[in-house]
Amino acid sequence: MHSLLAVEIPYWGQSVLRVLGGLVAVLLPAGTIVYVFLFKMMSFMQSRLGPMEAGPYGSMQLFAEVGKWLQKEDIQPDNADKRIFRMAPIIVLMSTFLLVAVVPFGPDAWFTNFETGVFYALAVSSISVLGILMAGWSSANKYSLLGGLRAAGQLIAYELPMVLAVMGVVIQAGTMNLQQIVVAQNAGSIFGTDIVGNPYVLTQFVGFVVFMIAVQAELTQAPFDMPIAESELVSGYMTEYSGFRFLIFFIGEFATAGVFAMIASTLFLGGWGVPFSWFGWTTMDSVANWMNVAGPLIVFTKMMVLTFLIMWIRFSYPRFREDQLQRFAWKVLIPVSLANIMVTAVLKVAF
Amino acid sequence: MVAQNIGFAIIAIVMVVGALRVVTTTNVVHAALWLVVVLAGAAAQYILLAAEFVAVTQVLVYIGAVMVLFLFGTMLTRSRIGRDSGLNNSYAKLGIPVAVVLFAAMSLALADSFGTEKLPTDGEIVTTQQVSDQIFGPYLLPFWALSFVLLAAVIGAIVLARKD
Repeated sequence: MHSLLAVEIPYWGQSVLRVLGGLVAVLLPAGTIVYVFLFKMMSFMQSRLGPMEAGPYGSMQLFAEVGKWLQKEDIQPDNADKRIFRMAPIIVLMSTFLLVAVVPFGPDAWFTNFETGVFYALAVSSISVLGILMAGWSSANKYSLLGGLRAAGQLIAYELPMVLAVMGVVIQAGTMNLQQIVVAQNAGSIFGTDIVGNPYVLTQFVGFVVFMIAVQAELTQAPFDMPIAESELVSGYMTEYSGFRFLIFFIGEFATAGVFAMIASTLFLGGWGVPFSWFGWTTMDSVANWMNVAGPLIVFTKMMVLTFLIMWIRFSYPRFREDQLQRFAWKVLIPVSLANIMVTAVLKVAF
Repeated sequence: MVAQNIGFAIIAIVMVVGALRVVTTTNVVHAALWLVVVLAGAAAQYILLAAEFVAVTQVLVYIGAVMVLFLFGTMLTRSRIGRDSGLNNSYAKLGIPVAVVLFAAMSLALADSFGTEKLPTDGEIVTTQQVSDQIFGPYLLPFWALSFVLLAAVIGAIVLARKD
């Protein structure tokens, strides 16, 4: 970030910039996803127009919604465990902010260049389970508790295939640093040609599919939305939340979708980079400075493509049953991803 | 170093308060949540020691898995909101002396064997790569042995839990 502006920014200045950048990196994708996919794409898939009145093509609808949520009464159930009830949505959103901290956006445009970036991302994404359990329990409501327990069971089950799917990428790149995974993909070559670099979606296609299914489940999007099943559990752990507390959950849901899509694009689609052979770059140091500006846009584009996939599936498929969900995770995804790891390791040694 | 010491002190105070609240709170779910605070504090201390791999493992294993299972279990079985009488039992008379004796023995042993010796302040940072090189190099056999013990425990748990 400091080399982009060609002046030395002191440490505290960089930290402030990083915090502001983190806010943008979480809130901007969330807003875009909600408007483009949740409001508009879903409407078109259901043969209706969606919001049209607020602003051109309803593009200001989101601001109206936020205003509506902010002015609603802050209701807390009498029997609720008040302090934990108030803490729960914040913990869910906190896990999203912790998650975005490792996503690289350019050669110098990163929040933290963590040596064990992938591992860290998987670890902090599991913190949101705590928030969901707290929300479900503290609401003092049977539906909420059931929703929270379903969520915990589902998130534990799908964390494993996610970790195992990522392991194929880590073996192939030989590093857990997301920045170096990006370089390894864009500087690599596949079948002797380096025209597209070596995005791991080609060599790790099985891992990519398993990862995206696990992401869908971690986000509790349909067809994995039993924890918030509105027709049987009345929105599960979110039943008692209204006003701005619900808004925090809502932002958390779509911001996490965006951040997971960013991580998936970093792991499988080459992240912020373009194939280095296009411009004659070879290593990280030879990458031109303008990539610090172009990189975030490239990540954003790839993120939109992947969230499109997530939302497309969400709007297309009906809900799983609880036992089908668990069976799918333990009997299909985990064996498949274990086999993927074995094949990757053997090929890595062979070549 | 000053900033590190201040950070250590703040985190340590939070951890001590959390640990005390784990045993004094009258609600079993609150106790579990305070335990999360203590474990997160431990992860933060590892970060201060520049041991990022251990810190991330602490978060993944203890907060992400063990505590979630804890909460899952307590919420499935006994999860009343509010005070839970009969949670604190009357072993305090026995427990406090044992704790004091243990603390005294440990601090005596530490003071006796290290004395005024200090850790080097410019110690090398051990990277994750070095950790993995050690585990999968010289310590491969113990690692395998541990894996087999864990596998046996998992299979044992399934055998015990299954009725048919």
